[in-house]
Amino acid sequence: MLLPAMSVMPLAMGPSHPAMHGIVRINLELDGEVVVDATVDIGFLHRGFEKMVERHTWNQGIVYTDRLNYVSAMMNNVGYCLAVEKLLDIELPPRGVYLRTIMSEVSRVIDHLTCIGAQVMETGAMTAFLYAMKAREYFYEIVEMCCGARITTNWTRVGGLCADAPGNFVEALRERIPLVREVNVELDKLITKNRIFIDRYRNVGCISKEDAIDFSFSGPLLRASGAPYDVRRDTPYLNYDEFDFEIPVGTRGDVYDRYLVRLFEMEQSLRIIEQALDKLPGGLVSVDDKRVTLPDKSDVYGNIEGLIDQFKLIMDGHGLQPEPGEVYHSTEVANGELGYYIVSVGADTPYKCRVRPPCFVLMAALPKMIIGQMVADVIPIFGSINMIGGELDR
Amino acid sequence: MNSVELISALTTSLTYPDLLFIVDKDIAVVAIPASKVADLATELKTRPEFAFDMLTDLTAVDWLGKQTPRFEVVYHFYSTSHNHRLRVKAAVDEGQPVPSLTKLYSIANWFEREVWDLYGIKFARHPNLKRILLYEEFKGHPLRKDYPYDKRQPLEPETWPVRELQVQMEEGRKIHRP
Repeated sequence: MLLPAMSVMPLAMGPSHPAMHGIVRINLELDGEVVVDATVDIGFLHRGFEKMVERHTWNQGIVYTDRLNYVSAMMNNVGYCLAVEKLLDIELPPRGVYLRTIMSEVSRVIDHLTCIGAQVMETGAMTAFLYAMKAREYFYEIVEMCCGARITTNWTRVGGLCADAPGNFVEALRERIPLVREVNVELDKLITKNRIFIDRYRNVGCISKEDAIDFSFSGPLLRASGAPYDVRRDTPYLNYDEFDFEIPVGTRGDVYDRYLVRLFEMEQSLRIIEQALDKLPGGLVSVDDKRVTLPDKSDVYGNIEGLIDQFKLIMDGHGLQPEPGEVYHSTEVANGELGYYIVSVGADTPYKCRVRPPCFVLMAALPKMIIGQMVADVIPIFGSINMIGGELDR
Repeated sequence: MNSVELISALTTSLTYPDLLFIVDKDIAVVAIPASKVADLATELKTRPEFAFDMLTDLTAVDWLGKQTPRFEVVYHFYSTSHNHRLRVKAAVDEGQPVPSLTKLYSIANWFEREVWDLYGIKFARHPNLKRILLYEEFKGHPLRKDYPYDKRQPLEPETWPVRELQVQMEEGRKIHRP
């Protein structure tokens, strides 16, 4: 068998490659070191999220949302529950709303730290990666305090939370904010003005504002390209309209701007957490409605009404049954706009639960970002997208 | 514009037959026959008073045994300049193609591939309508309501590289046969 003389060299990067976090394949065509063509193959982690949620009750679906963006699972929980609550037309007591906001921002910091840490590690900065992991650990302890788990949180319930935050929650979080902020400053000192990273990141993987909008970008990548779109400000949900925070916007849309936007956003998230902690009210975290919220275990085992309430929510064919209708609810997660489009036909399971994953659209635009760049630039560009396999392939 | 104003502006300026406008849970909704989707999207994108420059989401719903036509393709548009949203629902029957929006929105390419992959709805004039999440050998479309939830279709790893190699070798022989 003779091979024809090739002017371009095909190279399959992935699906199992250390820099392809999770599993994805980029089929590159190289002319020397320059990428002349690229296609992206996804779906290696497809597990039928929508089909699974269609087979489970409204509350059971929350477990599956953990596995979407497993770095900041709490924000997925919150997004799903907000969509179902919009369908049910219920509103949370203030403490529940505040806790959801606080933990969303904690998760955002975790996600950005992971992204920055991994991105700089792939370009050679092991120290900065370890600093980021250290700071992430402080906040994972808070996540663990709230729900007992670190990654697969399953923290919210339709109409509230699985449990109130523990007694020392506020103090523990207040203690950790300066520690995380200190790490942010260290990261800033290590990377932002470091010649190595400026050379690697500046004018690499640029995407213009128009192209970013054409590809439906959202989150840090869209803002790095210069469009100040943030769901938290443009269509406020939870209680984001009560807080004072800024939305960092880049100018060039390259990897360096994306890094800076993420770094600034962490500071803004910390500011939101501080403001929310100052105002954190007391009271219930879940709606006081027996048709939505499970009763206390002491009631279930202690009296007949509690037992009936539990039965009515847990038994097949009972449980939550939202009115027929459909709802699209979008939230700003660390990667961009996470949308849930949920259809109910009045049954105890969702008829359809579509997730609009933020990194799906970013991966669709990846060939546009890497064509014409060097093959070594593929790694930082891909790192700046912050692709999460669980949410990309669902 | 809020949803009510948006709907009234759309009602007065769009002149297609068979349009249905409502406001559903704070979002403006337009229902339209599938064949008109591309025309409607062009107007929504180009008219400055709407300026829907972002296709946020595209998916489908299978209404097997509940509604005819069977499928509903659901678009969510967003305007970054006006900060308003719109849902467009296009009813489509099995086998009937929907006009592709790839010319208007680049992201429609992947969204439409996903809908084709999971629901088997074809998009006319799509440049590359291939499966995206599943593999090419997959039979059926798993998010259809008549696809059994517990059906398994493993991809046998030993078949495809061997077959591909065989094809290559046969072709090689053909080419170099005197």
